[in-house]
Amino acid sequence: MPNADLIPLLPEEELARRTRRAESPHPELWSILDGVMDPEIPVITLYELGVLQDVYLDDDGVHLVMTPTYIGCPAMGVMEEDARAALAAAGYTTVTVEMRLAPAWTTAWLTPESRRKMAEYGVAAPSGENIQCPQCRSEAVVIISEFGSTACKALYRCQSCSEPFDLFKAI
Amino acid sequence: MSDNAHIAKYVLRLADDALVLGHRLSEWTSRAPFLEEDLALTNVALDFVGRARMYYQYAAELTGGGATEDTFAYTRDAREFSNLLLCELPRGDFAFSVVRQFLYDAFALPFLRELKGSSDQRLAGIAAKAEKESTYHLRRGKEWVLRLGDGTTESHQRMRQALDELWGYTHELFEVDALEEALIAEGIAVDPRTIRDEWQQTVTSVLIQATLPVPESSWSVQGGRTGYHTESLGYLLAELQFMQRAYPGLRW
Repeated sequence: MPNADLIPLLPEEELARRTRRAESPHPELWSILDGVMDPEIPVITLYELGVLQDVYLDDDGVHLVMTPTYIGCPAMGVMEEDARAALAAAGYTTVTVEMRLAPAWTTAWLTPESRRKMAEYGVAAPSGENIQCPQCRSEAVVIISEFGSTACKALYRCQSCSEPFDLFKAI
Repeated sequence: MSDNAHIAKYVLRLADDALVLGHRLSEWTSRAPFLEEDLALTNVALDFVGRARMYYQYAAELTGGGATEDTFAYTRDAREFSNLLLCELPRGDFAFSVVRQFLYDAFALPFLRELKGSSDQRLAGIAAKAEKESTYHLRRGKEWVLRLGDGTTESHQRMRQALDELWGYTHELFEVDALEEALIAEGIAVDPRTIRDEWQQTVTSVLIQATLPVPESSWSVQGGRTGYHTESLGYLLAELQFMQRAYPGLRW
């Protein structure tokens, strides 16, 4: 019997999002947006972060559907501007942006690849139990504050290498 | 009143709660006891202001006629605000802000959980998002209540005083008027009376653990929902609305 805990299950809404991309009649739109990074963690794209929910083209131009990580996240405005700029550079100047709250964003949508990139950048990836220092991989860490530099992060310190670091909170 | 106008009125209550409390939290920016707490309070403030924007945008769509999130936030007078009085009281000392936030978050979490089940899809969506944030706020708030309540003689004393000053404002959390009764019957609004026991339990168990006495309820004040506010809301709005009042339509 395979251990069910080891099977990486994809949340349903995340599967739907990936299907929208895979079956999109305009894959070039998705590719353009792959050049837009999270302003706070500039190694993760909006798509990898899960903020980019859908993009499609109709008679009214490009429609961009985004979901905020946190309701009050001030980076959302920058993300929207960056996405508009990337689309404009590719010739798409009529863009409508829709903020969609449901399904609510969750760190469960992050891929192992995104988590790895995040850790390399110095931000510990969200995890259920064991929080690992992104510098030395030690799990001997203590929380300094429930909120770090942004709403999506908490501040920790590693007891092995003494370095403070941000943890991308699991929500 | 049409259905939309009813719903808009209800949504404005939730929006005003979030904006006014978010503003009070933001007043701690650069004034918190230490840097990490400064960041935390500012981030919690952002969560509330963000929530307010979602509610205001929805209220604007329901209202129509050129209403926007900004006209609601910046051009209404105190009498038109319908937030709970608990949310508008001045930030006080750190103990006061900690206790207020804890009492409110202990209410907000079950409230949002119920609102998630609203027959109004837009409200349900906002609630599902906000619930995750409130879970985090409440967890943080509990830790502060324990630390300060079961802390030094002075911190304990300040927590007791804050509790005594705030307790009378908590009854308003569970008040329901005709507007809400009607929306509850339609499955749109949350009936706060159904979460009172849960609130009481959360609050009591944390207070006991923090060696703080649960205040005896001897007074109660309300009126926020119908626009009767403490004088402090006027001062808050004077600061919040100054730019738009002085330079109407000003943009960044």
